[in-house]
Amino acid sequence: MAVVSRMLAQNPPPATPSPAPPTAPASGVRRLGGFVPGQQRPPGDPVQIAHGKALYGVSCTSCHGADLRGGDLGGPNLLRSQVALSDQNGELIIPIIHGSRQDQGMPAIPLNPEDAAAVAAYIRSVVETIGNQGKPPSVGKEAPSILVGDATAGQAYFAAKCGSCHSATGDLAGIATKIDDPKTLQTMWVSGGGRRRRMPVAVAVTRRTITVSVTLPSGETVEGRLVQIDDFLVTVGLADGTVRTFRRDDGVPKVEVHDPMKAHRDLLAVYTDKDIHDVTAYLVTLK
Amino acid sequence: MTLTRLLLAAPLLLSTAALLGQSESGLDPADLLKPLKDAWPSYNGDYSGKRYSALDQINRSNVQHLTLAWMCRVTSGPAQGGRGFGRPSVIIGGEGPGDIFTGGGTIKSAVLEVDGALYFTMPDNAWAVDARDGTELWHYFWKTKGGTHIGNRGLGMWHKTLYMETPDDYLVALDSSTGKERWHKPIADLAQGYFSTPAPLVVGNHVLVGTGDDIDAPGFVQSFDPETGDLQWKFFTVPMKKGDVGLESWGNLDAARHGGGQAWVTGVYDPETKLYIFGTGNPTPAFTMGTRGPGDNLFTSALVAINVDTGKLGWYYSTSPHDMHDYDSAQTPILVDAMYHGKMRKLVVTAARNGYFFTLDRVTGEHLVTSKYGLDTNWAKGLNKVGAPIFDPEKNATVAGSLVSPTSDGTTNWEPSSFSPDTGLFYVAQDNGYSLFYLIDVDPRGSMGLGGKEEAQVGSGGSFLTAIDYATGKTVWTRPYYGRGGGGGLLTTAGKLLFAGDGSENLVAHDISNGKPLWHTRIGEVTNAPQTYLLDGHQYLIVATGDTLWSFVLY
Repeated sequence: MAVVSRMLAQNPPPATPSPAPPTAPASGVRRLGGFVPGQQRPPGDPVQIAHGKALYGVSCTSCHGADLRGGDLGGPNLLRSQVALSDQNGELIIPIIHGSRQDQGMPAIPLNPEDAAAVAAYIRSVVETIGNQGKPPSVGKEAPSILVGDATAGQAYFAAKCGSCHSATGDLAGIATKIDDPKTLQTMWVSGGGRRRRMPVAVAVTRRTITVSVTLPSGETVEGRLVQIDDFLVTVGLADGTVRTFRRDDGVPKVEVHDPMKAHRDLLAVYTDKDIHDVTAYLVTLK
Repeated sequence: MTLTRLLLAAPLLLSTAALLGQSESGLDPADLLKPLKDAWPSYNGDYSGKRYSALDQINRSNVQHLTLAWMCRVTSGPAQGGRGFGRPSVIIGGEGPGDIFTGGGTIKSAVLEVDGALYFTMPDNAWAVDARDGTELWHYFWKTKGGTHIGNRGLGMWHKTLYMETPDDYLVALDSSTGKERWHKPIADLAQGYFSTPAPLVVGNHVLVGTGDDIDAPGFVQSFDPETGDLQWKFFTVPMKKGDVGLESWGNLDAARHGGGQAWVTGVYDPETKLYIFGTGNPTPAFTMGTRGPGDNLFTSALVAINVDTGKLGWYYSTSPHDMHDYDSAQTPILVDAMYHGKMRKLVVTAARNGYFFTLDRVTGEHLVTSKYGLDTNWAKGLNKVGAPIFDPEKNATVAGSLVSPTSDGTTNWEPSSFSPDTGLFYVAQDNGYSLFYLIDVDPRGSMGLGGKEEAQVGSGGSFLTAIDYATGKTVWTRPYYGRGGGGGLLTTAGKLLFAGDGSENLVAHDISNGKPLWHTRIGEVTNAPQTYLLDGHQYLIVATGDTLWSFVLY
């Protein structure tokens, strides 16, 4: 249910760039975040949790896993267990530890009530670390290498498809030094540097700048950066830093947009995943 | 006063009350059975989900004269907002502590129009405003306990009671005249990750309620008694015990019970068969097979029909069997009675988030038509024997990255599409975004929820207003958008118009026959589907942008 980015995309952008959200909530106000945003649970006792963790390691790990996501002996993932998620104070977990689910294969564990409560507290403390949209706590700390491609094949592909605009000794010289993470580099080159909706008025013209020429009925042609376009208006950024906006009516005036990044977008329907991995394997050699 | 005089006077008294949005009787559930015309009494306006209004006062020949009637900006939260003299104070409910900051808020809800009043929501907030001038009549605010505050799709109405779901999983019943709370009932456990966004749908003496969840939790639809709020039935969208239909499509029962399939968008209803038909969300874990097994993972990413009186399964159809890209099928299906291969058929049509369009028989669930309407859709390799796309394992999230269209946002999403009986065409706004899907959780046990992948959106093949022939699935025409168009959803009318936001901050009236824009107004990014109603003999058009509701009219 990945609706988050779409929903945020529907909100108008802020007028000015917002500062990064504070890591600590403002006093008296709790912010939303994490697996159950805003949910309030009493903080656990660190001593009890540490005790529970040790007991868990002895009695639970082999079935439920060191990370609680299921172990070698087939016990279920506790981090997505409705019982573990709903447990407030051991009231749901402790009876199961003591054998209430033997008919479902969960043996009775001989822990005294205090120790069972400590294990429950430890489980809750790990549940608290589940990430946004149910992401397991351990994921993303060590990303595996994305480099699986053939650099030689990538070089040939680059020469054939990219060489008319790009050069390994020109604009892309040292690209793998400038962007030393292969995944970031791959995402960057496949996207061509990303897409923008509305161009800021004051921005330096680069080789990626989208330009537009507007030919008026009088024959006058106005050329410049494309600031904004829709079915009804087109706004041109002129060399002197001013803008002109034209009304559009049934193809009048004539508007021609020149988007140097169009070639990148058109290639999205053409690349195979192998092409992409090969080119990335080649680009990471451009140190 | 003679009896005759009394009878003559009664409608006058009633209409005075109606002027204030305070009709004595409120909304008769039987009125919900009427095709969409003067009022807008439910999420889609009528049960069919067509979002086609029979109003034609605003039409192709005069839409250029459409003008602003009023606008109304609302302030979410417990502080007094609104405008005008003697504005009402906020009515506060809820079980939360009152100090959880949930941000501003955006109107993504349908707006009910009944007896001259409009009713709409943001998460934790409900409002009534005067349909004639936008004056706030009341504002209800719910103090939350937390949960994902991504959106709220609006209210359901039964006589004089309105129903709202909250992000912390309550069903709240409000008096439509005053905004005062009648009762609230828990509908799911927040601690298990559930959050609730749909607009409840009233059918007879049922209030139908769905919920959402992103972690590995079972989806369900519940029916509540409109008077008491008591639970009538609960239908799980995944198998929950041995013997349940669909269990063989899962690796094991534990996987099924954590399999997702959330019912997070309001469905449609067929009075003849008594079937409530709705779409379900992705299976979980979403991007890894884990213990899900190689099967279809029923009834996730599917259309599901259940009997509204019993909550029992009628039929199901997987639109993304064994989904691997978070392609929920939780869009609004549309019920159409139309010719198919020379026979009048009772159909249900839907353009799914995965880039495929489907026509089914809505009585039996029999598959009739599949087409790929997403111009760049590339994740599947053909269709199975019942016409559903077969996922290409090469296009699953991989460590090295796979380039997939659409993105997990989909070719479309929750935004309602529309069907016009005048043209026989189905209308949807499609977006052909591409993402690199990187697998970052290689654990053979599978990841959890929507975790385990990174998704980088790398460009788009374009966004298009799209008209599809229901009988063939063929795209009849497309019209390109400069932005990502259709953001809040679509409306068609008997005035031969199609209304939608264009993704470039315009509300646009299109000629329904070819998509040509005939009228527009630059009001900001549209955030809900345009709607229309008739009041005092005038047809109004309303739409929301962020925290603002706009109303247009022909004078």
